[in-house]
Amino acid sequence: MFNRILTIAVKEIRQIKRDPLTLLVIFIFPILMIILFGYALNFDVKEIVIGVYDQDRSELSREFAVSIDRTEYFQVVKYYENQQQVNKALDSKDVQCVMVIPPKLSEDFYAKKNVKIQYLVDGVNGNTATVITSYVGAATRNLSNKYINEVLEKKGIELYQPVIINQSFWFNPELKTTQFLILGLMGSILITLAVVLTAVAIVRERELGTIEQINVSPLTSIELLLGKIIPYIILSLIVWGIILLFGYLLFDVTVKGSWILLFVSTVFYLFASLSLGIFVSTISDSQQVAFQIGTLISQLPSNLLSGFMFPIESMPPAVQILTNITPTKYYLIALRAVIIRGVGVEAFWEQLVYLFIFAIVCLTIATLKIIKQRK
Amino acid sequence: MNSIEVKNLTKKFGKFISVNDISFEVKEGEVFGFLGANGAGKSTTIKMLCGILEPTSGDALVGGYSIIKEPELVKRQIGYMSQKFSLYNDLTIEENIDFFGGVYGLEGQEMKDRKEWVLTIANLKGKEKSLADSLAVGFKQRLALGCAVIHEPKIVFLDEPTGGVDPVSRRNFWDLINTLSQNGVTVFVTTHYLDEAEFCNKIIMINEGRLIAGGSPEELKRKYISSTILEIECDDVNKAIELLDDMSFVKSSSFFSTYIHVTLSENAGNEPDYDNNKISEIRNILSDKNNINVIRIEKILPSLEDVFVNLLEKGGVKNV
Repeated sequence: MFNRILTIAVKEIRQIKRDPLTLLVIFIFPILMIILFGYALNFDVKEIVIGVYDQDRSELSREFAVSIDRTEYFQVVKYYENQQQVNKALDSKDVQCVMVIPPKLSEDFYAKKNVKIQYLVDGVNGNTATVITSYVGAATRNLSNKYINEVLEKKGIELYQPVIINQSFWFNPELKTTQFLILGLMGSILITLAVVLTAVAIVRERELGTIEQINVSPLTSIELLLGKIIPYIILSLIVWGIILLFGYLLFDVTVKGSWILLFVSTVFYLFASLSLGIFVSTISDSQQVAFQIGTLISQLPSNLLSGFMFPIESMPPAVQILTNITPTKYYLIALRAVIIRGVGVEAFWEQLVYLFIFAIVCLTIATLKIIKQRK
Repeated sequence: MNSIEVKNLTKKFGKFISVNDISFEVKEGEVFGFLGANGAGKSTTIKMLCGILEPTSGDALVGGYSIIKEPELVKRQIGYMSQKFSLYNDLTIEENIDFFGGVYGLEGQEMKDRKEWVLTIANLKGKEKSLADSLAVGFKQRLALGCAVIHEPKIVFLDEPTGGVDPVSRRNFWDLINTLSQNGVTVFVTTHYLDEAEFCNKIIMINEGRLIAGGSPEELKRKYISSTILEIECDDVNKAIELLDDMSFVKSSSFFSTYIHVTLSENAGNEPDYDNNKISEIRNILSDKNNINVIRIEKILPSLEDVFVNLLEKGGVKNV
């Protein structure tokens, strides 16, 4: 049994080696993806370019503008004279946000009336707009608090704040999204690779007719599948190593938790992905179809539904249920637990169980389809 | 000793009956020809006998094992090779042999010996490191056969093994089949080249899933062709064939390369010297009355093709 599996695996490896171009693509593709995604797809909002339309032109209004500029998130690049300039600046996307200071700011302020500062935010990119809004809100609140303190001090009242917010972000203190993204990318690349390679390799035998020769031999389906899968597990693990290495070199992604746990989780994930690949092979009759179905069935859900780009918690309930169709969801939870949080298996063991169940379901459907073909 | 015993084997795909209640026996060491037009049910039958397709009803013993109850044991007894020459084109010749040897669990000295044997019969010694893809079809086919029998099976199934191969390679391939048979291997071969079927010890013919005839080539010819077949060589064959078709004692006439083949009507009245009389009559009409230069008119032995066409016509089957 073992020898026969080895025979298949050796044959498969020889075939892979005969096709160096494909092999190169397999290794280059993830590196390119990491570089592209890591640098281009960045949800971090920093150095927001802001313009100021100061209609008051007082000492106080200038102080307002300068205090915003001083924070690390904003950079005041332009002062405007009139509303037309403001509109133009936003239209041409020179700035992402304009701070509008009303004409009688100073006067109203000292008259102890409420003053209003308006922020015009470019809302085209909803994500960025939300972040900008919360940043300017916080900056303005700080400013406001400062003045309250001053006023109270003058009156001789000591201010104390009954509740103080002491915010600190665990696991990812700088709130960098790149780390998060690289992990998602890892899940997406691995599943695509595993599904497409397995499906194409199996369908190729069928398309060329070599499967017939294997079918009439004493080789069992299990031996055949294991023999075919083993080389692709090794290949996928190499790619996994490459992604980890480049994640570390380019984006400083380090593994906080146990390497063994990380490895075990990845093997579970690959097992699930390869099973999905076997399932795809049973529903495709040509290598081209296998490639297309494989790419679609692996990439679409793993990019959209796994929590890679969009948080699952903010999806509508029906879609949340749908997210269970992708093993990437479970893998990402495990990856984040081990790499970012550095926690033990007790925090995510259910995910490994889900991955296992996913694999068994795929293999069962595939086996039933194969048995049906015999009849 | 029977190598293969088929009993009432039937295979239906939905309402379509691919193989309809066929029974036959194949003796050990026999070269057994399985003939039929495309789609007649040959491949379906072979797949069932190899244990990779379940019959709808009936059973067969292959090498003593039931294809229904013990398909895995059947697989150990047999070798199989199809028209598609199931070799890996992106592997070298040696790697292909290694692979099939490994699948059948050969190792060590046995593997070495068998590899030598395959290389010898395929005439590929010294080319071990070439890719299978680079081989001419004839070589590929011999290599495929070598790989299919690398484990020295008692029974070999060959499904259209000579499709698309040149005549010389086909002849070489049949020499190889005869060698196997002389070594006691039962060879079960399907083909639609009827000239190849002449090399078989026994033949069965299948049409639309049913057996229509069986026996040795000679038996079949004797049994199914009672009429005389003439070969005529002459000029202006078009005019000649028109004239022949008008003759009352001609059952059918057709072109056969540059000659004409004529099937005479049966000698119903037991007329003495019927064949020679008719030959004279044809010569008379063609050359004397119509000035066609008749070079020769000869009685020929019917070929299996004649048998097959005759059988199908009797059965009222069209589109062969």
